Order: sequence, then C-alpha cells, then structure tokens
Amino acid sequence: MLNVRSVKLMSKFTCATALLLGSIGLAQADSTLSIESWRSDDANIWNDVIIPAFNKSHPDIKVTFAPTPPTEYNSALQAKLKAGSAGDLITCRPFDTSLELYKQGYLTNLDNLAGLKNFPEVAKSAWQTDDGKDQFCLPVASVIHGFIYNKEIFKQLHLTPPKTRAEFFKVLKTIKNKSRYIPMAMGTADQWEAATMGFQNIGPNYWKGEKGRKALLSGKEKLTDKPYVDTWKELAEWRPYLGRGFEAQKYSDSQNLFTLGRAAIYPAGSWDIQTFNNQADFKFGAFPPPVAKAGDTCYISDHTDMGIGINAHSKNQAAAKVFLNWMSSKEFATLYANAVPGFFPLSKFKVDIKDPVAQEFMSWRNKCKSTIRNSYQILSRGTPNLENQLWNVSAQVINGTMTPEQAAKETQDGLEQWYKPQQK
Amino acid sequence: MTSSNQHDEKKPFPWHLVFFLGPGLLIYVVFSVYPLLDTLVLSLYQEQDGHSSFVGLQNFITLITDDTWSHAFWNALANNFEFFAIHMLLQNPIGLILAVLLSSPKLRLSSTYRTLIFMPTMLSVVIIGFVWQLLLSPIWGIAENFLYDIGLGQYFDAWLGKESSALITLGFISVWQFVGIPMMLIYATLLNIPDDIIDASVVDGANSFQTFWHIKLPLILPTIAMVSILTFVANFNAFELIYAVKGALAGPNFSTDLMGTFFYRTFFGFQLQQGSASMGAAVATLMFLIILVGVMLFLFFIQRRIQRFQF
Repeated sequence: MLNVRSVKLMSKFTCATALLLGSIGLAQADSTLSIESWRSDDANIWNDVIIPAFNKSHPDIKVTFAPTPPTEYNSALQAKLKAGSAGDLITCRPFDTSLELYKQGYLTNLDNLAGLKNFPEVAKSAWQTDDGKDQFCLPVASVIHGFIYNKEIFKQLHLTPPKTRAEFFKVLKTIKNKSRYIPMAMGTADQWEAATMGFQNIGPNYWKGEKGRKALLSGKEKLTDKPYVDTWKELAEWRPYLGRGFEAQKYSDSQNLFTLGRAAIYPAGSWDIQTFNNQADFKFGAFPPPVAKAGDTCYISDHTDMGIGINAHSKNQAAAKVFLNWMSSKEFATLYANAVPGFFPLSKFKVDIKDPVAQEFMSWRNKCKSTIRNSYQILSRGTPNLENQLWNVSAQVINGTMTPEQAAKETQDGLEQWYKPQQK
Repeated sequence: MTSSNQHDEKKPFPWHLVFFLGPGLLIYVVFSVYPLLDTLVLSLYQEQDGHSSFVGLQNFITLITDDTWSHAFWNALANNFEFFAIHMLLQNPIGLILAVLLSSPKLRLSSTYRTLIFMPTMLSVVIIGFVWQLLLSPIWGIAENFLYDIGLGQYFDAWLGKESSALITLGFISVWQFVGIPMMLIYATLLNIPDDIIDASVVDGANSFQTFWHIKLPLILPTIAMVSILTFVANFNAFELIYAVKGALAGPNFSTDLMGTFFYRTFFGFQLQQGSASMGAAVATLMFLIILVGVMLFLFFIQRRIQRFQF
C-alpha cells in the first residue's frame, strides 16, 4: 500500500505500474486459492455451485478450479509440483499415488486440521502413512458397490429385492426360468468388473469388512482362508445366470443390456447411477450385497476415491486450511452429493440426497459397516501386483477356467513373494 | 588418374549433400537413434526410492529367470510367435493369391476390388477393433445369425472371450486388416514382369499354373521375402489391436498378451501397478534384440540367396 501513497507525484507510467502492484497486494491480502483436480467433468459444478456457496460465507478467499484431464493428471501434477507451479489445493488419488507425493514433501501434514474429526477412520485411511500417524489429505468422496435392479421386471415376476444369499439365488433362478430376461448383466471381457463389481462387491460380507482387510494386511488371514475361497465360490455360482457369451461381454455391453431392459440385475458401482439416470426409461432400485442369514451384519464396499490436500509450497496455507475445513462441513457434503449423484461424501453428517437410488446406496452406510477394496492399501505395491491378479483370477473363476481354490492359491502365492507379513 | 584427382581437389565441398541429407539424418538421430540408445542404457539401471543405480544385466536376468516376470515374458513371447505364425500362414499366402487374381487381365473391376481390399489397412486400428467386437459380439453381433443362415450356427461361440480362441481370433482380425499390404506389394511386382517373358512361356506350351510356378513365382520371391520380414517386424511390435480390444491386461488369463502389451504394462504400469521405466526398458531392449536377430537371420540365410532379375 505504501506504493500507492508515494506515487502521487510520479509520472503516469509509474503510477500505473504501482497501481498494478497495489492491486496484487490487495489480492494477496484476500488470497486466491487454485485447485488441481482430474475431475474436468465437474468444472461447471465447482464454478457454479460449490465455489459461490463457499464465497457466501468466506467472501475474502477467491477460489479457482483448474482441472487437468484424468489420464494426464498424475504426471502433470508431478511435473507442476517439481517446477513449483502447482495450485494451492491438490485433489488426491487414494493410497500410493498421494502417499508418494507426501513422502517427497509436496503435501502439507493435516494432523491439526479441525475438520478431520468429521470423518470416520475408514475414510481417512486412504490418505495416511502406513502407520496411520500422518494424515495428508482430507477425504472428499467415495463410491459404493451393490446391485441395481430393474423394478419393472421385478414387479412383473413378483420378486422382491433379496436380503440373503439363498433369496438372491432364488431370484436369479426365477428370472432365468420364468422369463426371457438375462438374470444378471455382467461380462468378464474387461476383467475388472469380475474383481470390482464381483469380488470386492460381495466379498466384505464374507471377510467381515475392515476386520478381514486389516487381518490380511497384518498377515493374520490369508487369501487361501475360507472367507476368500467362499467369495470366489459364490462368483462361480453366478456363471449360469450371466448372459450368453458373457466371456466376450464388455462393461459397456453390460450397461447397455441393463438400460435396454434386457437384464434384471446389474452388479454396480454407484457411479453407474448417473449413466442409468440418463439412459434407462424404466424405474430402477438398488439392494446391498446379500448376507448369509437374515439378521447378519452386512458389510459394504464404500471405496474412498477422492481426497484433497494442501500443496506444501503454497503461500496461502492459512486460507487453504479454511477451505478444507469448509469442505469437511455438512454444507459442502450436501452440495457435492446432490451435484454428482453416485459420488458420496465421506463425512459423518447425515446428508439429504434427492436422487432416490443414490439415497438408497447412501442409506446402507447406516445399517451396514463400511470397508474399502482390500487390495488397494499397501497390498498392490509389489510384483506380482495383487489388484491385477484379482482381475485375472476372478474373471477366470467366473469363466470356469479356474477353481476358487486355485484362484486363492495363486493370489496368496503372489502376495507371499514380496509381502513380509504374509510370509510367516 | 592424376587428372581426376586434380578434378576432385578443385571440387568444392559437397554442401548440397549436407543440405539434403542433414535434416533427415538429424530427425532420425534425435527421434530414433538416440531414444534407442537411451533405452539400452536405461535397461542397465534400477530405480529405487527415486535414485537410480547401475545394476548391469540384473533386469534381464530377473526378466528371464525370476518366476514372477519370466512366466509373463515367455507367455508373451510364445503368443507373439503364434501371432506371427498366423500372419505368415494366412496373411501372406492370401495376399499372394489376391495379387495373382488381381493381375489377371481377364478380371473386370480389378481396381475396385483392389481399393476395397486395401481399405481396412487405411482404417484406424481402434475402429477395426471396435467394429469386429460388435460383429463377433454374442449379444449384438451379426456373426451368429450369419453362421445360422449357412447352417453352422452350433459352432458359434464367444471367441474373443475364450482363452483357447481369443488370440487366434485377434490374429484373423489383424490378417483381415493388413492383407492389403502384401497384396499391393506383390501386385506391383507382378505388373513389372515383362509380358514377353510370359508370352514366351505360353509359346513354349506352359499352362497358366506352370507359368505362375516357373515364371512368376521366382520373379516375385524377393518381394515375398521382403513382405515376410515386414510382417515379422510389425508382428513383434504389435500392440494397438490387443490394447483396443482386450485392454492392457490382455485377457482372458493373458492369452492375448504380446510383447507390446507386456512392455506397456511394465513401463507405464497398470491400474494399481506402478510402472518401472528401467524394467520396461529391459523389455523393450529384448523386443529390439528379438527383431534384430530375426532380421539378421533373414539377411544371412535368405536375402543373400535370393536371385534378383533385372529387366
């Protein structure tokens, strides 16, 4: 500001320069935050909904959303961080990608952030160091697995959403025998559905969610143990209910089969809700992965997908923390959940979601226990890569070219080759 | 002699050679030779916690002997040979037959056929992969109905999804796409054969098959040899079709994994698998060596024995 006062007698040119400097000074007092993100699809939502809402309560902080396309995000961010030109806020991929950034000193430690108390432990685990001591990103959104079903087909065949496994297979059998619909729309051509929508979807009920995941990490349980073999056994039982030629059926084929009304049940990730809302002209609902006996505790895969952290070299640390604290509020959770149905806020607040199917998915959090995909934390760090192996063996188990026991043995052998706690 | 020497001394430095060769050479060195040498060097290093250290041939030893790597490597190599065999047994003979048919003077509309057969070669591999997936899809595809119409319906299967048939199916798709190249090259050579040689053989009483076998075939052998070596190099660098149709994990159970997809997974990583530049460079180096050995064997044992004819 000194500049502005002392320029009165100076020439026009310097005057203009000083004014410019002055205005920069003003802006810095107000501070501007820029967000690095891979969600270029959400740019409008950020600019039109989220940032204006934030500015209502914090008019002094300017926020800009600067996304990079998803495929380029990781490498572009790495380069920007190295060059010191990255934004103040960094959208974090879960687990190792962000952990690597933290280890290299690019992310601020968030342990003292007040907003963190609004998040459950599971949600935070995706952005912690292996010992759970340092938190470097704030959880933003997760995706939930379950089954989406065609309500009209269910009504026509007098079916209700199954609660137990026995009911589940009865429903599948009824659809197969009493109608021309494909009972379940899933293929194994892309392999990842078999692992993600199959194994990680129904598995938590077998390995008891977090308990099993932690036991696998500590080496107390092995992939050859009963819960895992049983998960693959159930997958093998899906085979007769999949469409003909499911071995060559791709993810988009499955989506189309369902939205065209040719298939009754679709093993889903909550992100599919948006696609189905746009394409299906019938009503659809959702049910969580069925449990063994009625009344059993249910477990769901509530997978942490997106977090947000602070660039350690940002000059606006204080403002960035204000923004992160706001992102941990109920206000943000509600805004975000409704703007992007299928991506669920991770904070503990009860959020009203207008989309009925997204609401159904969200409601499972209250009655079931949440966990994340068991291959994501630490276990996919070595060679062979556990996640890749799960894709391969789960697809093979469904194809019938591998038994559940062989699948268990192959993945366990792979893990034992490099993971110390499993070598005991 | 002396006069010519004097003549040479007077000659100014051939700047025009530099002018004409320079740009091409520069681009070739910067974008081809240097990256190749850099890859070779990179494959001798190992990266750990951000530091790279010289490890000699360790990457190659791991790749060939360590079970976690060698299994995938040998599998990809074997698949690659199978893929190559499919092309040698189908693409080149079919290309040859098509070229002979096209060069027949009795054939009408030959330029139309030529264009149509060459068309797929000009299309993007991604489109080819997409179209064939749809054609062969058990859900939407027309292949099944077509087979029923000709009475072979019971043989239809989800070919692209079965371990036993996926690679062969992809091989067929690739043959369908690229059959135009051997056809064009051989066709051009056939057109170059002077009519008087063929006339002479007819006068000598050869039928059309004998003409082909004794006159045309020996004359196009150098072209067939060149087509073979092109096929070899292209097949061992193949990647796009597999990636477009089956993804980088080359399923089911890696039955369609080629050296190219194996390299891609190793170098760039896949999903949760972190890429390794040095290990990837080792795979790339092995691919280069395999192609180099193949081409050298070809040069020493085949190329030198081929007789060339000048008309």
